[in-house]
Formats: sequence, C-alpha cells, structure tokens
Amino acid sequence: MTDTTLHRSLPDRLDNPLKSAVLSWESLLVLVAVAIFILNSFASPYFLNAWSLSDLTFNFTEKALIALAMALLIISGEIDLSVAAIIALASTMMGLALQYGADTPTLVAVGIGVGILCGAFNGFLVTGLKLPSIVVTIGTMSLFRGIAFIILGDQSFKGYPPSFSWFGQGYVWWVISFELVLFLVCALIYWVLLHRTVFGRRIFAIGNNDVAAQFSGVRVDRIKFILFCLTGLMSGIAAVLLTARLGSTRPSIAEGFELEAITMVVLGGVSILGGAGSILGVVLAALIVGLVTFGLGLLNVPGIVMTIFTGSLLIVVIALPILFRMWRQRA
Amino acid sequence: MKLLKILAATTAVAVLLAAPAYAQTRIALVVKSLGNGFFDAANKGAQEAAAELGDVEVIYTGPTAATAEAQIEVINSLIAQQVDAIAISANDPDALVPALQKAMERGIKVISWDSGVAPEGRQLHLNPSETALIGETIIKLAADYLPEGGDVAILSASSTATNQNAWIEAAKAALPEKFANINLVAVVYGDDDSVKSTDEAKGLIASYPDLKAIIAPTTVGVVAAAQVVTDQNLIGKVNVTGLALPSEFKQFVDNGASQAVALWNPIDLGYAAVMLANDLVEGGEAAPGATLSMGRMGELTLDDTNSGAMAAPFTFDKSNIEEFSKIY
Repeated sequence: MTDTTLHRSLPDRLDNPLKSAVLSWESLLVLVAVAIFILNSFASPYFLNAWSLSDLTFNFTEKALIALAMALLIISGEIDLSVAAIIALASTMMGLALQYGADTPTLVAVGIGVGILCGAFNGFLVTGLKLPSIVVTIGTMSLFRGIAFIILGDQSFKGYPPSFSWFGQGYVWWVISFELVLFLVCALIYWVLLHRTVFGRRIFAIGNNDVAAQFSGVRVDRIKFILFCLTGLMSGIAAVLLTARLGSTRPSIAEGFELEAITMVVLGGVSILGGAGSILGVVLAALIVGLVTFGLGLLNVPGIVMTIFTGSLLIVVIALPILFRMWRQRA
Repeated sequence: MKLLKILAATTAVAVLLAAPAYAQTRIALVVKSLGNGFFDAANKGAQEAAAELGDVEVIYTGPTAATAEAQIEVINSLIAQQVDAIAISANDPDALVPALQKAMERGIKVISWDSGVAPEGRQLHLNPSETALIGETIIKLAADYLPEGGDVAILSASSTATNQNAWIEAAKAALPEKFANINLVAVVYGDDDSVKSTDEAKGLIASYPDLKAIIAPTTVGVVAAAQVVTDQNLIGKVNVTGLALPSEFKQFVDNGASQAVALWNPIDLGYAAVMLANDLVEGGEAAPGATLSMGRMGELTLDDTNSGAMAAPFTFDKSNIEEFSKIY
C-alpha cells in the first residue's frame, strides 16, 4: 500500500467548485438583488436613505422567518399551508392572555407555544396518520383561523404593553430593527442546521428518496414531525412580531402570508418537489421580494401591477437557468 | 470596488434627482384597495381639490388586497417619500396606528376619511356622514317600500370593516323605535368580494323564504345581491337596497331589482379630504371644537374625538340615477 492512495483526496463534488459557485442559483440571486437595488436607487430619490432601507426590512422579515423553516419542510418533500392561520390563532391566544392580565414574557411564551402546538398537530396528522401534508394543512388552515374567528368575531384585541410592542417596532441600534436582527440570527441557525449538521443531511436524504432514507436508518417520521414543529415555532415567532408591530389582533391578521413565504422559498431555489435547496438562497429571495415591493411602492406603482411584477420575476428567475442549460446543451 | 463606485454614482444621481421634488405640497390619498369605483371617484374629487389649490400634488395609492398589512407597506413607502400629508381610508382602525404614529413622528400630517383610524393614529377623521343617520337611512331605504313590514337581512363587507360595523350597530339601534314592523333576521359578510357576496346573498334567500329586502351597505355586496335577485327571478319579491355607486347599480334600478339606493358623494369626500389635509399642512390645528376648511364643501367642525361629518347621504332612485351614473 502506498501513501498516494491514502492521501489522495476524494472530491466531494464532481464539477469545479469555483465554476459551480459562479453558475450557482445563489450567484444569480445576488446578481438580481444588486440589479434591483441599483434600479431602485435610480428610480426613486428616496430609496438610498437609512430609514427607508430600515422600513423596507419590515415588509419581509416576518414572512422570511417562516420561509426559513418552510424551506426545510419543502426540502423534506412536505409543505405547510397553514402558517398564516397559525399566526392568526397564536395572535388571538396572545390577545386572550392579555385580557387575563398576562405580562410581556407570558405573551411571548403563549404566542410561541401556540405556534409549536399547531405545528405539532400538523406533524402528528402527517406522520402519525400518514395523511398528505397538502391536504392536512389546507384543512388546518381553515381550522386554526376558524378558531380565531370564533373567539374574536368582528372584535379586536388591543392594548398590548409598550414592552411587547418593542418586538415589532423596536430598534436594537440606530436603524437596525429587532425584527431584522432576529431574522439574521435565525437565518444563521437554520443555515448551520441544514448545511452543517447530520440532521440537515437527513432532510436532503428524505426529500430525495424517503423510502431509501428509511432503509438507511433515518427516522423519517420523527424528522418530519420535528420540521412541522419548527414551522409552527417560526409561525409563532412571526405572530409575536406581527402582533407587536400592528399593536392589535384581528382574526384576519396575516392573510395570504403562506403564499408569500412559499414564493420566497421557491424563488430561493428550493425544489418544490423536495431534495434540493439552500438557506442562503431563501435569505436572498426574501431580500429580493422586499426590494421589489418596496421599490415599486416608492414609485407608487399600484399593488396589482406589483403582484404581476413579483409573479413575472418568479417565473423569469426560475426559467432562466433552465433556458440557459438548454441553450448550452444545443451549442 | 466597482460595485462601490456604481453605488456612489447612483447616490449622486439620486441626490440630484431628489432636489426639485420638494417644491410643492404632496398629499397621499390612501384607499382601502385599488380598482374600486368608489375610491376612483374620490380620487376625481381629490384631483379637483389639487387643481383648485394649485401647488398641491395628489398621490392616489392603495394596496390590491384590502388588508391592514398591505396598507402598512403603502404607508411605509409614503413615509420614505417624505410626503407632506396622508389622507387614509383604513382597512383596520387599530393595526394601522403604529405605522401612522411613525408617520406623524416624522412630520407627516395624518387624517383619516371614510373608514376611520383610532384617535391616537391620526390628527382628525372626516366622516362622510353621521353614523346614526346612515344606519337609519339604510333601514329606511328598505322600509319605505315595505308598508306592511317584513323580514330584512344585511349583507355587509368584511366582519372587520370599521364603517360597515358602525352603520349596522346604528341600524340595529334605530330599528325598535322607528321601524317596529321591520324584522332584521341576519347579518352576513361578503368580504367585499363579488363571489363570496353572491354566495352569501344566495344563502340568505335560501335560508329566509319570507325575506322582503336585502340591505347591502357596500358597493360590492349590493351589486352581487341585485344580480342574484335578477338571476333567480325574484324581482318584485326581494328588494335590494343599500349603498351603491350609481354607475355600477343603474341597471338594477332600471330592471326593478332595487327601488332606491343611497350614497354620499365620493367626489365630494375625496375633495374635502385633500382640502383638510392641505389646511393642516398650512398650519391648521386639529383640536376638539376647531373648524377647518373643506373648500366648496364648507367647514368641518371637530367633535371631542377630533372627527367631523361632511354631509347627509343622498338617495338615488329611478328619477335621478341616470344623471348620477354618468358622474361616478
């Protein structure tokens, strides 16, 4: 046996790492983000301002927090459409706790706790009863928001204490909001979890072939259950932030957030069929969605045109690499 | 480095572009959602006010979905644009308060009109009319054509809509004294969505066979209900009434599905909102008891919650809907 065979390093990927980094989805997203940033700066004189850029982050942080956990769930081959309804229920429960004189730490605990419970309920239905997640979460989407409507009707809860409002309106330093800091910290945690732990590798394995993963000793159901709980947890956190930012709870809170969070995940390069994706891509996608909506908002572009724009962006960004690959194969 | 240079150049251009924009007063007319005939008419009035004032630019904006969250995004972008005043018709009286307080902290005058914001989130509120009077009017519109009395139902907008809820409360309050033989059997919510409003109207007709009138105090719901009555050949049996835009509703007064509807003039409302916002920008004080100028609409006197009423609702029937349908 010679040294050469021992020390020869096996490549963990087959293509050139530099080339693959340049041609990666994330590089494309960085390019798009920079392009939109520059376009925005030219289009509106009000864009390049510390406070404007700070206000911009509030447009996406709550949805992006959910998108982080949603990315893991979608990579594992499942989906959760009930996240916005979890926000509504968690927010309603916080409002209910407030009526019984709960203080700020209790309110936060209630919001996050309800989020985790809702996630666990979804997880149980999917892994315990073997129901398809899309069906389960369409059901719980109506169930959770329905409970919120039963409790609140056409009323609202308000009067949250200022120390609670800080979570949604406060600044850690100068223009850096608590919401943004929390999002960045969570993004880092999720990046480590997905890309640097065994747990993360198992998520990819499940998403690519859950039967093979099962036979390789991966406890597929347990991991999926944990992922549903994580999505519930992030929805609970988003509920705390959004409730604090709005200073009130109504059962119609966060309507439509689930589709925006999923848009961020898909735009971030996560395969909707599972098995592939990265946290960096999701973070960049969240930033792009925020930049586009805020930039168009500064130009007072009507909302309907804005949705056409985000829709087209989604299709273009997803179609571009495929078209590029087809063009290269032909050449 | 190249990126930094590009950014620096961009900043320089941006600053140059910014300079001339501060010359005139910019007032943002923020509506619940775009694509609604009522708010487009309000914008007409707002533009009329801007033309009359001369140095005022009106920015007509609003979200696509009628949610508080979407409206906050609009408010954030207006704060960034450093507009002089925001005149808003709110999707939620409470949820917009923190965002509008931030606007006021940054020196922007904030008024609400049509659908109000809680007092701490605005400097004054312009009611299109008195809540009590509207509540009474919507019942009266049905009662006038029901001399024998009977069952009526209300088809409202969303269950969280501030103004509709206030009118319904006022209507319920007026019922026992003034309309003793009118029996309000249900209040349902169509969310200002044509499809949902249609379903709710069909549901009402199916659930209450003796229903004599559907009262829809929303321009979307009233059209949906009248269409259902027309389609199900119930003209003459169920009278649809409420608050409607003459141009959208004319066909149903013509075909008899409705005897009469009412509305204030949204053109006047948009006009008055811009006049009031301009008065505040020019130094007017919003305080209980104060009077502010509404231009050709006269003066607005504020009550102890800093709100005031513009005018009484206006009834449209066969005799005048033709004329008004050409206006809005």
